[in-house]
Amino acid sequence: MSATIESPRSGRIAPQYRRTGGSRGNFEMIAWLFMRLSGVVLVVLIFGHLFVNLMVGEGIHAIDFGFVAGKWADPFWQLWDLTMLWLAMLHGTNGVRTIINDYAEKDTTRRWLKTVLYSATVVIVVLGTLVIFTFDPCPVVDGVPLPGGFCPA
Amino acid sequence: MPTKPAGTLYRGREGMWSWVGHRITGVVIFFFLLVHVLDTSLVRVSPEAYTAVIGAYKNPLMALGETGLVAAIVFHAFNGLRIIAVDFWKKGARYQKQMLWAVLALWLVTMVAFSIRHLSLALGGH
Repeated sequence: MSATIESPRSGRIAPQYRRTGGSRGNFEMIAWLFMRLSGVVLVVLIFGHLFVNLMVGEGIHAIDFGFVAGKWADPFWQLWDLTMLWLAMLHGTNGVRTIINDYAEKDTTRRWLKTVLYSATVVIVVLGTLVIFTFDPCPVVDGVPLPGGFCPA
Repeated sequence: MPTKPAGTLYRGREGMWSWVGHRITGVVIFFFLLVHVLDTSLVRVSPEAYTAVIGAYKNPLMALGETGLVAAIVFHAFNGLRIIAVDFWKKGARYQKQMLWAVLALWLVTMVAFSIRHLSLALGGH
């Protein structure tokens, strides 16, 4: 006589032992994975951002309107900054979401804090994206074009 | 609220303190990021508005603030890579303490180099 013993967790999990409430699926696992993947990319993007803006040439003294305009006249830096904006905001929002879940004990407090957090995230991501794409690096002020080596004469 | 039992305060070790440092630096960076997107958005208002606000940042106090911000970013970055190693490298958990000391050593080297360059540019004459 032999009996087959299933290895642990191989079959269906009884409802009372399920960790997620069905509809949420494996959102938390995706969020956990996202933090690690976006983290690696952000190290490269942010270190590059700091090096180019603060360490090269005159450093911080060079930063003015013309500096930003010169960078965003180039699609390479538009894409760089856009990726950095989205990844950093989602990474940071998920981090603060975790902290709210850890420390806010009342359901209503958590819900309010997360509503404020997600609203701020949407505003900042939409604003930043619009600025990168609708920005004119060669504005004409009072009929006079601003000088810039990257602007058409 | 349950009351705290006596004498069980967990003072932690390298693992806990790196977790505390990661949280604090993460929150600091997040709030800076919100402000940083707002100030950069001024380029869309007018060249003068952007240059005026950025000009207000160019003083010795802000230079120290920027150095502190970069210190937080560099720690969060290196410790984040350590967390990834703990999670995905087979021997990561066993070497987590050694990796924290490596993080702190790399952080120190990076910050010495950054501070010399940034502060001499920001505080020195043009």
